[in-house]
Amino acid sequence: MSVLTRTPAPLDRPRMTRLRGKARYAPTLATMGLFLAMFAAGAVMYPGFLSGQVFLNLLIDNTFLIVLAVGMTFVILTGGIDLSVGSVVALSMMIAAALLQAGWNPAAVIALVLLTGATFGLLMGLVIQVFEIQPFIVTLAGLFLARGLCYVISVDSITVTDPFFTSMAQARIPLVGTLFVSPGVVIALVVVAVAFYVLHQTRFGRTVYAIGGGESSALLMGLAVPRTKVLVYGISGLCSSIAGILFSFYSLSGYSLAATGLELDAIAAVVVGGTLLTGGYGYVLGSLTGVLVLGIVQTFISYEGTLSSWWTRIVIGALLLVFILLQKLFTRKVRLT
Amino acid sequence: MGGTAPVVDMQGISIAFPGVRALDGVDFRLFPGEVHALLGENGAGKSTLIKALTGVYAIDDGTITVLGARTSFGTPAEAQASGISTVYQEVNLCPNLSVEENILLGREPRRRGAIHWREVRRKAEEVLDQLQLGHIDPRSVLSSHSIAIQQLVAIARAMQIEARVLILDEPTSSLDADEVQQLFSVIRTLRDRGVAILFVSHFLEQVYEVSDRMTVLRNGRLVGEYLTAELPRMGLISKMIGKELDALAELEEAESRRQPDRTDQTLFLQAEGLGRKGSVQEVTFTVHDGEILGLAGLLGSGRTETARLLFGADRADQGQLTIRGTSRALRSPRSAIDRGIAFSSENRKEEGLIGDLSVRDNLILALQAGKGWWRRVPRATQDELADRYIKALDIRPSGKDTLIRDLSGGNQQKVLLARWLITDPRLLILDEPTRGIDIGAKTQIQKLISSLAADGMSVIFISAELEEVLRISDRIAVLKDRRMVADIPNDNITMEDVMTVIAGTNA
Repeated sequence: MSVLTRTPAPLDRPRMTRLRGKARYAPTLATMGLFLAMFAAGAVMYPGFLSGQVFLNLLIDNTFLIVLAVGMTFVILTGGIDLSVGSVVALSMMIAAALLQAGWNPAAVIALVLLTGATFGLLMGLVIQVFEIQPFIVTLAGLFLARGLCYVISVDSITVTDPFFTSMAQARIPLVGTLFVSPGVVIALVVVAVAFYVLHQTRFGRTVYAIGGGESSALLMGLAVPRTKVLVYGISGLCSSIAGILFSFYSLSGYSLAATGLELDAIAAVVVGGTLLTGGYGYVLGSLTGVLVLGIVQTFISYEGTLSSWWTRIVIGALLLVFILLQKLFTRKVRLT
Repeated sequence: MGGTAPVVDMQGISIAFPGVRALDGVDFRLFPGEVHALLGENGAGKSTLIKALTGVYAIDDGTITVLGARTSFGTPAEAQASGISTVYQEVNLCPNLSVEENILLGREPRRRGAIHWREVRRKAEEVLDQLQLGHIDPRSVLSSHSIAIQQLVAIARAMQIEARVLILDEPTSSLDADEVQQLFSVIRTLRDRGVAILFVSHFLEQVYEVSDRMTVLRNGRLVGEYLTAELPRMGLISKMIGKELDALAELEEAESRRQPDRTDQTLFLQAEGLGRKGSVQEVTFTVHDGEILGLAGLLGSGRTETARLLFGADRADQGQLTIRGTSRALRSPRSAIDRGIAFSSENRKEEGLIGDLSVRDNLILALQAGKGWWRRVPRATQDELADRYIKALDIRPSGKDTLIRDLSGGNQQKVLLARWLITDPRLLILDEPTRGIDIGAKTQIQKLISSLAADGMSVIFISAELEEVLRISDRIAVLKDRRMVADIPNDNITMEDVMTVIAGTNA
């Protein structure tokens, strides 16, 4: 009798839980929906808004912010924060401009700048990990330090005249029809793609998520928690210096006051993109969308000629608040289930 | 199972922490294909023993033999690599990741450097099916499951490492009856496959249901190793909470039991079916002025939870609480304090005393809080109060400027007691006031409690030591498995009587 009632291992696993699992994507999907809605609204309100180039310009104008947001996503996924990124961008631009002015080879300049950014991030990560200090305060110190170093290099703005940099600034990569992007866009999208691969296809990436889900659990599971925590700041530093190079392509100068407060834009983009500040939940594609949302807000304001630019800030502030509240609701739901 | 060699053989294990011998020459063995329950009250040394085995603590003395080879693990990871996995009470997994990832995190199969997700799923399904947990979708997010399922996933993870020894530390404390059965069926499956299972639980019924062998610890010492079938419940309970032999012999007849003569006393507090989901249920008793009510029960039976309900630290969601004839819902400790209820916590260090403040500062803390911070207690009054209570309670050293952390446990407890006495409470709830303090201080505190009650203060006295509860209480409320099961007047009753109530089979 028992032989008859015995069932083989169920082949058909229940689907319900899997659907519920999709809640993970909810904040990011909400952001994507918001972006599409804003784009549609713009198309209705302004003639000429609905064009591929308006969309591509969002990418072109925000390459550095995209790269920053990618680095920031790694850090925030572990539950940390990196306030130094804006200053590291400025420092990268200053180093690049000064060295180019001194006649260095642009390839060597870029290599050195990237190395500097990554090292700067790694050092902050080490301090955070070894001395168990809050990332907030360590990276705040990094913010001041990097900004101060900019002034050591030069108080005045340095113009970049290097032919490679100027060609990168002016180059247009044609797409279909009259559409085009800048080389910076390609670099930024490559960074996004690499980050996506690292986060989802490598043990390192999964450890980043695991730390955000529960650091002590991750430790007890035998994961390389300390190494990963240091590395995410290194990645953020590296991304900051890439962003610095991209910003140099864009502005063709180095200036100590450049990129002030850019770290906050990066954090805002990541949060609007659906990454939880407490860590563990979020996607780089979400952060990319977050940057696009911030960008489209700016486009709106410029299309609406009568509004002053500070309205961008007000709208971003409101958006951020809404998304933080949504996150709160989301996490509460997750905890309840 | 006789004849087989133990997988784990620990001999003469001793571990000392500053001031405490946490383990003192304990022997412990684990056999393959057996569920071995580790039992003992709070502070008996269960978790220390587990931590010694899993490499969290270094041992001072003794030997650990795993699979015939002498070992000493430096970290939990090393223990894991040798086939010893631990599943803790709080699930140590990542709630934000999928079930399959949690099972294989850190050991994901890879192909050309990238995680081979299809292989991850196949391996996860394989181990889940082996444990007859095929109904769990490996792709679902861990947090979408109940704690019970999460715990089973943690076991699946342990099995994926091919553990020879599985340690389950209080796995059932937050599970309901069905979930416990599900867990037990997994435990039995594993046992039949030859895994040695160490099971820690304070639910005796469960221990009897699932274990084959048990080891009892008390105060860091081994009481004995028994076959579950050969040790009846009564025997087990007396081994766990029985006399503290020589130490308490000195106390014998130190004072006569108080005679309950409370018929003319006014009712202070009445609890009717008081309870809170997930905490404790069906608490029904009365406390009269000048009465000492003892709460008896094993570890985890809901003693502290009851105290927290009465103090408003947790909000009751069932039943009724009446204080001085009026029905009250205590929403916060503050409202309890306003009704004259004081609560001295069992965690002196975490919830009671502030080690870096002086005796005087700690003493006046509750009084000052009651007055509001803007009405400072004058220094002269502070000094006077401090002097009076230091003298009355014989707190040593007697300097009121001594820092609390420099006092012994017993004297710290007296300071905590004095802090609440200064506020002149009507009902004093004492949770384990005598734990971990020497016998002299213990006697003093017991005497003090008796004399306070004689002066008309009501006391609810909680202690893991049944003898102590019997010695000073007028009535005894017995808790079992987070339910109040009896309210007995302390009238010529013996430890056996109370133990019988505790051992009584579950309804």
